[in-house]
Parts: sequence; structure tokens; C-alpha cells
Amino acid sequence: MSGVIKTLPIEITVNGRRRTLEVAVHHTLLDVLREDLELTGTKECCLVGECGACTVMVDGRIVDSCLMLAVEADGAEILTVEGLARDGHLNPLQQAFLDKGAVQCGFCTPGQLMAAQALLVENPHPNVAEVQEGLAGNLCRCGCYYQIFEAVLSVAEAGSR
Amino acid sequence: MSASSIGSSPNRVGGIGRVSGLQEYVADVRLAGVLEAKLVTLDCARAKIISIDTSEAEQVPGVRLVMTAADLPQPMPRFGPQLEDRPVIAVDETKYHGEPVAIVAADTKDAAEEGARLVHVEYEELPAVFTLAAALDPDAPLVQDPSLRPKDPLASTNVLREHHVDWGDIEAAHADVVVENTYSFPIVTHFAIEPHAFIAAPDDNGIAVWSSIQHPYWLQRILAKLLDLPLSKVRVLAPDPGGAFGGKQHAKYEPLVAFAAIRAGRPVRLVLSLEQTFQAVRRAATEIRVRTGFTIDGKLAFQDIKADYLIGAYCDIADRVVGKGSYPGAGPYNVPAVRIFARSILSHTTPSTAFRGFGNPQVNWAVESNIDEGARVLGIDRLEIRLRNLARKGDPFIPFDTPADGDWEQTLRRAAEMIEWGKPLAPGHGRGIALGIKSGPTTGLSYSTVRLLADGSVAIYAGTSDMGQGARTIFAQIAAEELGAPLDAIRVVMGDTAIVPYDQQTSASRSTVLMGNSVLKACSSIQAQIRTMAARLHGIDESAITVERGVVRLPGRELRLMEVLKPGLGKLGGELIGNGETRKDGDADHPLGGAAAFFELNCTAVEAEVDEGTGDISIVRHVTVSDVGTAINRLQVQMQDEGAAIMGLGHTLMEHFIYDETGRIRNLGAIDYRIPTTMDLPLEMRSETIENADGPGPYGAKGMSEGALLCVAAATAAAVREATGVAIRDLPLTPERVWRALRERGGRANAGTNDDGES
Repeated sequence: MSGVIKTLPIEITVNGRRRTLEVAVHHTLLDVLREDLELTGTKECCLVGECGACTVMVDGRIVDSCLMLAVEADGAEILTVEGLARDGHLNPLQQAFLDKGAVQCGFCTPGQLMAAQALLVENPHPNVAEVQEGLAGNLCRCGCYYQIFEAVLSVAEAGSR
Repeated sequence: MSASSIGSSPNRVGGIGRVSGLQEYVADVRLAGVLEAKLVTLDCARAKIISIDTSEAEQVPGVRLVMTAADLPQPMPRFGPQLEDRPVIAVDETKYHGEPVAIVAADTKDAAEEGARLVHVEYEELPAVFTLAAALDPDAPLVQDPSLRPKDPLASTNVLREHHVDWGDIEAAHADVVVENTYSFPIVTHFAIEPHAFIAAPDDNGIAVWSSIQHPYWLQRILAKLLDLPLSKVRVLAPDPGGAFGGKQHAKYEPLVAFAAIRAGRPVRLVLSLEQTFQAVRRAATEIRVRTGFTIDGKLAFQDIKADYLIGAYCDIADRVVGKGSYPGAGPYNVPAVRIFARSILSHTTPSTAFRGFGNPQVNWAVESNIDEGARVLGIDRLEIRLRNLARKGDPFIPFDTPADGDWEQTLRRAAEMIEWGKPLAPGHGRGIALGIKSGPTTGLSYSTVRLLADGSVAIYAGTSDMGQGARTIFAQIAAEELGAPLDAIRVVMGDTAIVPYDQQTSASRSTVLMGNSVLKACSSIQAQIRTMAARLHGIDESAITVERGVVRLPGRELRLMEVLKPGLGKLGGELIGNGETRKDGDADHPLGGAAAFFELNCTAVEAEVDEGTGDISIVRHVTVSDVGTAINRLQVQMQDEGAAIMGLGHTLMEHFIYDETGRIRNLGAIDYRIPTTMDLPLEMRSETIENADGPGPYGAKGMSEGALLCVAAATAAAVREATGVAIRDLPLTPERVWRALRERGGRANAGTNDDGES
């Protein structure tokens, strides 16, 4: 690095709001969400795409935001944990995580929620094995995996009624 | 009157912030003018620092501070919870892979990173010791300068301290069968998903320090001493840790960041990478030799235990881990003669520290496995041998400690039932059962303040750290119960030493009992004030009034607490304030400095299936049963037990640090260090509690949260042993290790019945 940081303009829609930004070309989407947009709900942990704490949705698909350069997200629609609740009401997944005890320290929770949200968009009625597989990239060291499965399945079931 | 929440599962207090992304962890704290810091480290285990050139780094635009040992007070200030042996920053020599030699603070992370890259360190790599054998070699380099431990005869060795616990006469004990084996437990790391993070800022002629720390008041003391400030001028803010597990108990880089902030005159934030977090905290590896004597009828005649713990380059709390972790090594059994000899061995590795289970899982793994070996030799069922030796309630199973404080047989029998002990097994399957015990807190001091506000809502001030265990919810449930307030009208304030009264620490599964009792006392004080109010309002003698669980009972009628509070406070309003204190003083003559406030007792039973072709272990069913006295919040208890069980499966099946030949950690980071994911879980997890309301905490609660981790390894290895006939005495039980053991065994354990490939 030479001291002069190259930047490029991008335009992204984050949680429904259009943002025009000048971002450093080497900054990840995670950097830009957390630093430039102060959306710190998305968490930083391993930075190698293994822990899932930084999971967001980009154009409806699940992405480890630590592995995507912000410039690659130009023009994309991004959903972060802050965008799940509507009008001050938790969305069904968030409520289910609370009700089923799928949250302990909470640090992995935003990533778990986003991965679960993406899973349900793709497969509204997953079985346990599919939930397990869908969340395999999201580590929870507190170990409330079973409660997370239960939360996701309860939302899927409610959706089918 | 609202129904009691005690024993039910109301939603987590603080849960909404956690699911909405609004919960603020240290890395999320917004602070004007904060500088971002990066550490400069060397890629070797041990080095002599010859020179550090910071000039190029200082030229990087945006870099505001480059600090090395030379910029700190001389002699270098040192700190630590047990020994003051850890320098604020490495001076002259680095002693473990990743120990910082300089810190760079800049306007942006980019500039700090660039600056850190341009700090030029001239150093000479020195020979390092990073195994027990190497550290104990008479010619080994000394990890610690002997001048740090004057008058200590061990100062000229790498043995930091020796711990002895003895009762009965081992030499005179009669045994018909003696089984002796050596077991090993690897180095594992906490891997909290939140990497450690610290901020320091000059504040009101003093300093404010944010840290994701479990013991904010201990950190406050350490900083006050290092910076020569009164306690009142050191404000520690401790946002809820994003997982801690013991790794965030004690000061690590807070002093360094504090000195940097003072020097820069601005706030400085350091967020470690996950790799640096791995280099900052870990569990002690341990080698345990156990000699167990049995009489022919399966009674334990003696336990002779020698445990060497490989601790790191600085003591941190590791020596206490060794002492307290080995102490209940003989287990929850009546053993007439016991000799436990444990040593803390220094090495050029990351300072080992507290980690869920606090040194107990290591010795438990060996001793429980050895009991199984004895049972096999004697031809006694493994459940039966435990039943024959298990301490019954009131038995002085450790002669100088709290007697057995639960119906432990109930726990053991329930777990056996849940794993269907004794029922026929499918081919290739095996079962294991083991007991774990851990001494609870030996000392404690927890203050709390509870304010009953004019509208009946409540604010609780309690200095516990809520790191996921759910302490907030428990305290809120207690206040809801006692003061009749709805749970969602209760605020629990934690994590600020300038506002919240003193709490000794959040460790040893203490908070429900010690802080819980403190909150209960604060509520009782408010109840007493309500009683006085009611007497005044109704012109009745106080002795005719009782207040409990939110209800005021006067002769012939009952009132809700609010019905007294509102008229009692009158026109000016105001509030009632109650203070609570729980004190458990130490006992200088006790081997641990105090008897256990309670014991954590768990039984884990596992059914496993082993793939003989690959060595892969699949956990078919995992049963964990804990004696918790009373589960104040049922779901939280279940989550803590299941989480501990899964964490235990981590060190049992997959986790370990791998070092290269020079002492560098080779598997730093999430790609090469694996913890259980959704794909590694038992096919079935069943957790239950035994509740006889016989604990010292509120409503008969005992501490819990660590128990379900203690004996996972022994139960799992026993299941593998039964499935395959192979006894493995080194953890983790990776497929490769199991596969190699099977190759050495030759043949097949269940030949022809479960053949899914080559034999």
C-alpha cells in the first residue's frame, strides 16, 4: 500500500434505503456496512468466511460480507439484520429466536438470522437436515444450535398454516 | 397477581437487542475521535528483541502513535491476577507466539495496519519450550526470570508451583486391583465468536476503559495500580461479552491500550483478530497419570493422581486453575485414600487461563476413564461401580470441604435411564457414562442495588457480566417474584464500575447463587420498607404485616405491593431503594482458600457409533443431567447445559492447537481450528435437571453452566471403547487417531455384524 488509498463510487440499497458512497477499493462489504454506514449489527470475527458472523443477504442471496469487496456490491440490494424488523416489530424469525431460546451471547445471532432468512426464502419448508445444512456456515460457540433449528422450523411451520 | 416466573422460561432480558443487531459490543461502541490500533508481533515463539525502528511507521499519514517498551515507564510495569509477571508490552524478549512488541494507533484501521507493517523489529529467535517434556528438561531455558519469584526454590526451574491434596494413607491402603494409566488433554482455545476488544480514553483526570471482560472490578484494580490512580478515577465499562467462557476473566491488553490512550491523549481502540485472540487465551494442556486401587467388590481403595498442566509464559490465573481444577480430582466418590499432586509448568506459549470447567475436565477425563478400566478388570458394570462408590448426601467425600450437597445417585440413575443403560446395542455402537464434579466459588462478594420506582417498575444494579449465560434474566426474575413487577418493566444495569456497585467476579458459575442472593436481599430490604409503609398507612403494627413475593398481607386482607407503594410514596413520588450484599469469606487454612459454596455435579452418558473404515465417531445420543437445585429459568438452564455439552464434544472430538517444531501455532484461525458446527452435533441431545431445591441460592438454586462439559470426554471415549474394544487415552478423538488405534488393534470389534467396508 502506498499511503494513497484508491476509492470508487458505489450505489447500494441497504435495508431499502439507497446509499451513494465513495469506498476504498480494498474494503469489504463488511467494512463498509460497519464503518461507513455504522450498521454494526453485522459482526466481524474470522474474516475468512468460516464463522458466518458477518452474513448478510445480497440480492436475495446469502453472502459472507467479509469475503465480498464493497465495490463488487455496486448496484446490489443488501439486507442486514437491522432491516429484518418492520415498523418496530420483530420479524417472525427474530421473535422465534427469542421464544425458542436460540440466543445466548448474541454475537453470532445476526449472522444466524440472516442465514436462516435466506434459507427460508429459498426453501420455505425445510426439514431439520436442511436447516442443519443451511446453517452449517454459522458457528455458535454458546452452542444453542438445537434451539436455532427449532426456531427456524417453527417459522417454517407457521408459514405453512 | 402475576404467576410466578420461577422455574418457567420467560424470554431473555436483553434479547431484543441481540436479535435486532442493536446490542452494542465493544467493537460497536461509537466514540468521537477514537484511534484504531494494531499490534506488532513476531512470527516466532521466543525472541530476543535487539532493536525496534518506528521511524518509517511514524511517517504514515494518519498514524498518531507508535509505542514500544521504550515509551513506557521503567522498569516495565507488570500485572496479573495471581503474580505480577506479565509486562504491559514485551520488553527485551518475547515469550510466546504473538506477544506484542509495539502498538500503532492511527486515524483509520488502514493507516494503523500500514504503520504496524512498517515497524521494523530486529530480533534473534531463541530456543523455546512448548511441551511438558521440553519444559521439564533440566537443560531447558527458563521461561521466567527467577528474580520475579525471589525466595522460591522452584524459581530455577520451569515449575511455577506444586499443589498437594492428600487424605488417608495411600501406602497403607489395601487394593486387590490397581490400574495405572496416563492420559493427555490437548491445548484448546475458547473461540468466543466475539474476538477480544478494548478501548481506553482519557476521562475526568483518569481513564475510562471498555473491555469485553468478565471481571470489570478486578480490571479496575489492576489499572488503578498500574496507572497510580484512585479507583474512582478508573472507570471500566464492560458491554456484554459476545461469549467469554473464562477467556475474558482477566486483563490482557487493557493496560497496553490504556497507556496508549494516555500517551496519545485520545481514545484508542484495539480489536483483536480471531488469530490474535487464539494467541491470547487458551486452556492448559495436561498430562495426567492415575493409579487407582480397587477392592475385589469394586470399592475404590485409593486414587493416586499426578497432573502436569502446561501453562503459558505468564501466569494469568493458570496456577489457580491447576490448584482448583485438580482438587476434586478423585471425583464425587467416597475414596478412603487420595493423593493429588499437580504442577503448573511454564512454557513459551500463550498464557493459559480460565476456561469453562477451570482445570477440572482434564483430570476428570483421566480419572473417570480409569474407573472404567478398573470395572473391566473386575468384571463389574460401569454404572454399578459408580453407584457403589458414589457419595450420598452429607458424606464428607472431601474430608475438609463441604459435604456432598445433593442426591447425586438420582442424577446418575436418571442419566443411565435416559441412555438406556444395559439395553442391547446395535453393532458398532457403544455406550459410556461418567460423572463430573467441580467445586463452586470458594470466596465471593457481590453487592447489588434495587430501586423500586414510583410506578412499580424496577431497576437492578448488579455487576455480573451477562456473557450469554443469562444473568440479567435471572436477576429480573428474582425481582419480579419478590416485588410483583412484570418482567418487561425491569431494567438490569451492568457493566459500568462508575454506576454499579462492586462484584468480585463472574466465574465459577457463581452469579445465580451469590449475586442472586444479593438481589434477593436488596428486594427483601424493599419489602421491609413496604411493610413499614403499610403499617403507617393502615395504622397497624408492623408485626401484623407480612410482605412476600409481591403481596402485602394485612390482617384479613391482601394488597398488591403497588397498592401500598403509591399512597406510601405520596405526592412527591420518589422510590424505594434496597441494597444487597452476599459475602463468602475465605478460610486461610483451607487448601483452596475456602470451602465450596456448592458443587456442580453432572452425569453425561453417550451412545456412539464408530465407522471402522474412517475412524469417524458419530454421537447417536448425548444425555446430560445436572443437579441444579432449582432451575430458575428452565430454558436457560437447558441451553447452558447443551452448550457446555457441545463445547465438551469440541475438545473430545476435534479441537487442539498444533505447534510447529519452533513453537508457532500452525492452525491459527477458523479454517484450521475446527469447533462443532451444525453438522457435528449428536443425532439426539437430551438434557434434564435434578431439582431438589437444596442449593444455597435463591429458591434453592445451585450454580450451573460448567457441569455439562466436565465429563464429556470420558463418557465419549468409553462409548468408543465399547464400540471398538479400543481404549484411546489422548484427546481429541479425531478420525485419524481412532483409525490408527483401530489399525493397531487389528481385526474388527463387531466382525460380520456391521460390515460396511474393508476390515
